[in-house]
Amino acid sequence: MKLRHKVLVVDDELHIRRLIRAALERADYAIVEAENAREATEKLRDERPDITLLDLGLPDRDGLELVPLFKQQSGTTLIVVSARDATEEKVAALDLGADDYLTKPFDTDELLARVRVALRNRLTRDGGNLALTVGDVQLDLVARTVSKGGREVHLTPKEYGVLAQLARFPGRVITHKQIMAEVWPHEHEHHVEYLRVLIRTLRQKLETDPQQPQIITNELGIGYRLRVNSESAEAGH
Amino acid sequence: MTDKDRPSPEAFLRQAAQEGRGRLKVFLGAAPGVGKTWEMLTDGRHRREAGVDVVIGVVETHGRRETGALVEGHEIVARREVDHQGHSLGEMDIDAILERRPQLVLVDELAHSNAPGSRHPKRYQDVEELLDAGIDVYSTLNIQHVESLNDVVASFTRVRVRETVPDSILENAEIEVVDIPPDELIERLRDGKVYIPQEATRALTHFFSKSNLTALRELALRRAAQAVDAQMLDHVRSHALAGSFAVGERIVVAVSELPVAAELVRAGKRLADALRAPWTAVYIETRRSQSLTDEDRRQLADTLALASRLGASTATVPAASVVEGLQAFARDARATQIVIGKSARPWWFEMRHGSVVDQLVRMIDDVAVHVLPGEPEAKAAGRRAVAAPGRWGTPSDYIWSLAMVAAMTALGRLLIEVIDLGNISLLYLVPVMFAAATFGLRAGLFAGLASSLAYNFFFLPPTGTLTVNNPENVISILVLLGVAIVTSQFAARVRAQADLAQSSARQNAALASFSRLLTAAPDQDALMQAICAEVGRLLDVRTVILLPSADGPTLRAAVPPEDRLEQIERAAAQWAMDNAQPAGRGSATLTASDWLFHPLRTTRGVLGVLGLTRDDAREPVRSDQVPLLMSLLDQASIALDRMELEEASLRARQIDERDRLRSALLSSVSHDLRTPLTTILSAAQEMQRHPSPALAETIEAEARRLNRFVSNLLDMVRVEAGALPMKVEATDLFDAAASAAHDTRASLAGHDVKVDISPNIPLVRVDPVLLHHCLINLLDNAGRYADPDTPITIRARRTADAIELSVIDQGPGIAPGNEKRVFETFTRLEGSDRAKHGTGLGLAIVKGFAEAMGLTVAASNNEEPHGACFTIRIPEALIITNLTDKDVP
Repeated sequence: MKLRHKVLVVDDELHIRRLIRAALERADYAIVEAENAREATEKLRDERPDITLLDLGLPDRDGLELVPLFKQQSGTTLIVVSARDATEEKVAALDLGADDYLTKPFDTDELLARVRVALRNRLTRDGGNLALTVGDVQLDLVARTVSKGGREVHLTPKEYGVLAQLARFPGRVITHKQIMAEVWPHEHEHHVEYLRVLIRTLRQKLETDPQQPQIITNELGIGYRLRVNSESAEAGH
Repeated sequence: MTDKDRPSPEAFLRQAAQEGRGRLKVFLGAAPGVGKTWEMLTDGRHRREAGVDVVIGVVETHGRRETGALVEGHEIVARREVDHQGHSLGEMDIDAILERRPQLVLVDELAHSNAPGSRHPKRYQDVEELLDAGIDVYSTLNIQHVESLNDVVASFTRVRVRETVPDSILENAEIEVVDIPPDELIERLRDGKVYIPQEATRALTHFFSKSNLTALRELALRRAAQAVDAQMLDHVRSHALAGSFAVGERIVVAVSELPVAAELVRAGKRLADALRAPWTAVYIETRRSQSLTDEDRRQLADTLALASRLGASTATVPAASVVEGLQAFARDARATQIVIGKSARPWWFEMRHGSVVDQLVRMIDDVAVHVLPGEPEAKAAGRRAVAAPGRWGTPSDYIWSLAMVAAMTALGRLLIEVIDLGNISLLYLVPVMFAAATFGLRAGLFAGLASSLAYNFFFLPPTGTLTVNNPENVISILVLLGVAIVTSQFAARVRAQADLAQSSARQNAALASFSRLLTAAPDQDALMQAICAEVGRLLDVRTVILLPSADGPTLRAAVPPEDRLEQIERAAAQWAMDNAQPAGRGSATLTASDWLFHPLRTTRGVLGVLGLTRDDAREPVRSDQVPLLMSLLDQASIALDRMELEEASLRARQIDERDRLRSALLSSVSHDLRTPLTTILSAAQEMQRHPSPALAETIEAEARRLNRFVSNLLDMVRVEAGALPMKVEATDLFDAAASAAHDTRASLAGHDVKVDISPNIPLVRVDPVLLHHCLINLLDNAGRYADPDTPITIRARRTADAIELSVIDQGPGIAPGNEKRVFETFTRLEGSDRAKHGTGLGLAIVKGFAEAMGLTVAASNNEEPHGACFTIRIPEALIITNLTDKDVP
């Protein structure tokens, strides 16, 4: 029997839950629903979902407070779903440990893609990605080499560092702070311009058409995301 | 109806002021022990039994059992403990009473002085505040505590009480005389039924003599009758009942800086009461006033304050002499009676100058002059010393005089051959007159003396000695001295007038420049700062202005800058604001405050308070500065009032404009919301019957449109609220353009979006999200107006001092002259197809967001190919230049 992945949907709106349930059931996930923070905490404990879709606007508690709580209490992968589109809040959610976020209104296709990425990251989490292919770019995290179209690309240590941070969770947005904390000494934490310049040179080296980046995409005011091949995402599933 | 029959406006005002104010009933007794407290409590109990909400504010039972029994059953508001020099004193807790809001409160001992640190120094001031709050008060008072009777009582009892209550309190009060025959009172005293403080026992034994008690009793009864009279008259006047009462009497009391002036004021009050006449206490400011000591000034201020407490208006009038000033003032005020004290000057002075009283009587007709004797100690020593400095002049005055005398002597020696000896003496008139006119009397006399000696020594035979042979020559000497005296008197007089004219010209100039400065202030803050600076400069004080706000008086301006005030000062400011009366040092209320606060009053009420203080702990405002301060306060209040009204009318206009926009927005929004909703609803219904991908696409497209619109609305609200949360960071314009193109690809179907931005364009410091919204709206706008199937370009160009980020379409472009208007909210370009348009919010949002980031926007038309070009200009200051990968650490 195929073991289905379990998704906990936390949202106080019945219609949203119904819609998400329909989309996820079609993609063969098992669904658990909760309409407030209390119920969500119980379900998280009892049902042990693989993935939790958490709405920030809950009636009994601010969803943002739940993010670190949920991450501590369970091994669930947390995707924040919210109608609040303030950038600070997204960054806060991510920095507090959320694995990804989605802004309402969203496409169901987008939702399914995020859930897939999250699951794949979840499966490879413990061992980590040893090798990765994005488009025609191959990344070998053991040998610390990068090649494009079979030809090795020379990266500076900083460039490699940034790419490796993105490659830890392919397909997931990594905040500026998260990247910079790993690559630069602490005092440069707020110098986003350094990161911007490095991303440019990375794109020059990796993208086929740097004018239309396909490998490293920008999330306005939040961070960067390493695009994943749909094949590789499917392979993880 | 003649003028006389008309209701008096003052009476009307008094009556009006009484409405809504609490009523005061005073149980007036001739002496302690007559049973005032007992009577008050009994009356209070009756009222309570009649259903009135009665509480005891403060009652002293002095351990008397009958009184104690009456207190029982009344609700007592706990006293406030005030710590004073280690003793704990229980004072009436006025705040607790105001909080409790009874209908009637019983307050014993109206004349009581509160412990230092209380809100008011005197209990009657507490009572006034309770009355102002609409609470009725019953209180008790002994006749010797009535201010205007203080002297009279002291004159026969030889006990002067320090605690007095102004007569004005009694004027509006109902008075009940608590009366027992003197014999009975003396009996009670003997039985120990009268409470007398231990330390006062001996003094009071004399006080309780039968004759004293009889006199006091009479005074009490008379005072009560007077109050009834006054209230009756007010009633008559305010109801326009023509009556026959003394009309047109006006009393002027001339006060000086001497302590005796207080007596004059009280006498004036009694006279005014008896005649039912308005009265004024006036101080005539002469040249002599400039040499007053601080002690004198304080005494004078006290006297004027006393007069004002007793109901007089007060004035300070500059004049060359007391007589002239008084005459002019009496004429202007149409005074019918003048009260003046007998001069304390020595007899010889009056012999020479004539007394003020004599001159006054001679110069003024139709006015009765009352002359009161001064108390002996009022002529106290020390007065001489005060007057002296400044009159002797400087040593150089005498040297000059001497030099001129010497010069004349030399000249005389030269001329002795040609002119007669008698005429030589005329030469000496020159130095004498000059010295007297220029340096004053003493130098003049000195010159006269020196001249006569020189004349005698050098010219009068026998020369070389001071002996005078010829009696005629004695006359010459006397004439020289006489001329010195007369000239110096005239000169001094002229100079005094000139000085006074100068000082009043200075004051007028100060006022004029003050009002000019105030007119020039562009806004309220500048105005308040200007007021502080000017008042501070003119009076040589530190100043602050506080305005009322939700959490009490708030500091709005200060010169020199002051960031906080102590609790006591804030309380004083609050009190001044609430009561429209001065408070703080030098006033009657909250005197512990280092600052003196004057309310800024207008017809609309108190706008705020002006605080003044001095570093050297003297009173902030000298008495001679008070008139200037009052004028300054008036002007400041008017200027503030005007500014507030102007700002209010500006606000009203802005609100009108905003209302207009809001209603335009509302109608536009409802259209833009309902159109896609209608489409979605009907498409969804249709799909239930005939599912079709085309309908689903319609729903999706309309939902997206709706979503865009809603986020635009939210953005607009943020722009309008003026509170855009900004997160400025180094932003890659290329990323911004790419993500905007990505996010609009669905709504721009049919248009290819080209990003024409060099990958090496410098980074800029903007909020990437706001910039993204700007670009989305520009793309959206281009998509709506551009010709179908034409490309839209996002282009960035480095210019000499900026980066220009443009969105360029191909289409009809913007109608000439509309380049600026397109960014205004709700502008829809005329002559275009309405269906194409959204609310017109988009471009306004672009402008709002761009300006919030410090960018500017512009619209123009491109010629080849024709179309609109919207440009966001990023100034040099926001561009991060010369940062390459080599620079990254």
